[in-house]
Amino acid sequence: MSETLPRAAVGACLDAMPRHAPATRRRGGVIDESAPVQTALVAAAVGILALLVVLPLLAVFTEALRRGVGHYLESFADADTQAAIRLTLMVAGIAVPLNLVFGLAAAWAITKFEFVGKSLLVTLIDVPFSVSPVVSGLVFVLLFGAQGVFGEWLAAHDVQIVFAVPGLVLATVFVTVPFVARELIPLMQEQGTSEEEAALTLGASGLRTFLSVTLPNVKWALLYGVLLCNARAMGEFGAVSVVSGHVRGLTNTMPLHVEILYNEYNFVAAFAVASLLAGLALVTLVAKSILEWRGGDQLERSRRI
Amino acid sequence: MAISSNGHAASEASGTVAIRTEGLAKAFGATAALAGVDLAVEAGELVALLGPSGSGKTTLLRVVAGLEQPTGGRIFFGGEDATFVPVQARRVGFVFQSYALFKHMTVAENIAYGLRVRPRRARPPRDAIRRRVGELLDLVQLAGLERRFPSQLSGGQRQRVALARALAVEPKVLLLDEPFGALDAQVRRDLRRWLRELHDRTGHTTLFVTHDQDEALELADRVAIMHRGRIEQVGTPDEIYDHPATAFVAGFVGDAVRLPAAAEAAGLRVGAHMIPSPVVAANGTRRDDGPAVLFVRPHDLVPVADHVHGIAVEIAAVRRAGSGHRAEVMLGHGLPPVDVVLPAGRTARRGDRIRVAFANLRVFPA
Repeated sequence: MSETLPRAAVGACLDAMPRHAPATRRRGGVIDESAPVQTALVAAAVGILALLVVLPLLAVFTEALRRGVGHYLESFADADTQAAIRLTLMVAGIAVPLNLVFGLAAAWAITKFEFVGKSLLVTLIDVPFSVSPVVSGLVFVLLFGAQGVFGEWLAAHDVQIVFAVPGLVLATVFVTVPFVARELIPLMQEQGTSEEEAALTLGASGLRTFLSVTLPNVKWALLYGVLLCNARAMGEFGAVSVVSGHVRGLTNTMPLHVEILYNEYNFVAAFAVASLLAGLALVTLVAKSILEWRGGDQLERSRRI
Repeated sequence: MAISSNGHAASEASGTVAIRTEGLAKAFGATAALAGVDLAVEAGELVALLGPSGSGKTTLLRVVAGLEQPTGGRIFFGGEDATFVPVQARRVGFVFQSYALFKHMTVAENIAYGLRVRPRRARPPRDAIRRRVGELLDLVQLAGLERRFPSQLSGGQRQRVALARALAVEPKVLLLDEPFGALDAQVRRDLRRWLRELHDRTGHTTLFVTHDQDEALELADRVAIMHRGRIEQVGTPDEIYDHPATAFVAGFVGDAVRLPAAAEAAGLRVGAHMIPSPVVAANGTRRDDGPAVLFVRPHDLVPVADHVHGIAVEIAAVRRAGSGHRAEVMLGHGLPPVDVVLPAGRTARRGDRIRVAFANLRVFPA
């Protein structure tokens, strides 16, 4: 949940700024505040951001490099750390494509068809946003764990889900379900179905229509959703922690590994792995800005037609 | 005209039926959008579907296109049953009110789309597609704009691209859904004339939906008036305007005021006045006694000079209308005012009494 709030806030700021810029530039308007008030407001915003975002981010890198670059790089030579990185990449590599397909299918169904239970489906997509990640993890333990509903059957067939990679993937998929669908639904709703209908009357097959009309129209929103989905998939802690079992080198993802290292007072290694996650966040931010700059143009155009 | 569809349309001798529907019905849940529509459109004809919103005209167009499946009845294209033919195989050119241009494609790519998506053996070679796009751009007077994106065009230009895109696949019929609905009045009028010229040149069988009666009456060879999922009347603009077949058509077409009346042996009673039987017989469509409705348009009531004939009325208001004036008069207490067009050069004042006579009487059973 925590990741969605700043995203929405930042998005709103980015959206609002260019559109309202001409209005604020007008001098003497009723919305103009006096200079001291303006300064105070800006200072407060910058101060809070610095305290809550910039300072911790700097701390991560300072701690990681406290004993020099050599020590920093040495942390990654550890086999368990490398296993954690590989596992995180693998889980995200499975969970993100799954949610890409699911998000597209769900958005398509919700926006292009009328069916019974549509609003229920929309609500269900939001469940992972409103449920604590720990609870979502716990659900899978209760379902697939040794004492769970399907536990006996799974044990009899020698299938390990909880405390193994399938459990990590399930928990990650669950937590990241809303990202792609949420990004697509409003856009596809606004675009309606007339372009698809036009393609059909021109003789295009259903698949061709999807590939040549629907997909290009949602391209940027889809990439945006995938980016956020990926960031969350790699950074997820709570749900994954419950189903992981924290087996070093086997079921430890990067966020879990950071916690273990920290609890063992191995600060440099803990912050080194944390710096990778922080780096991922920074890359995500940059990519997000590029998408907004590049795709915003197209989305803006889509609104005018 | 280098457009090959020209020959296609010409080969269908005039008088053959291009589109025919039989008892076409479409229900959305419990509401019937179409309740048994029988319509025949002849090859090369330009037919308007006119009606208030919710009358089923757009649904009819979409069912003909194959974008909606009918819940009853049949559709024939040139004698062949097309009721269950999928939309892709119907060869219809559909133009949407919202243009529905492909935003991420250039004008040229939009127009070429219908040719490019054909299966390999039916697809024209690249050069042929480019030539055809060029011809169509000339036809819709947009040559030079092929590399623009839809967002860089005006509304009228967009709708012409949409038309060119629909024509590119050499459709058997052209279906236009409120094609000028989203444009401003001046552009509408220009495009209307342009479309009529284009139709006269290319001869495509065209069915178009509109809620604008001026557009329908000016543009169409025949007009079909729709109301509550049925066709009330089909006829030439003159037939529709001068001889409305039902009370709905009489009230919907023209700037008509609806007045309650009563048919009696002596004539037609309207408010405080009695229109004598001989006058009703000469004009009217109804003779049975009983409650009736009378529809009055501005030109139906004319001032008469003498002091014997006609009805004496008092002028409630005088308004300027174009080159002359219109007077509002009351035919009876509690009745809505009706307009009388005053002869050019004649003015009147509120409170003046004049005598008027009915030039036309459109009476229907209540």
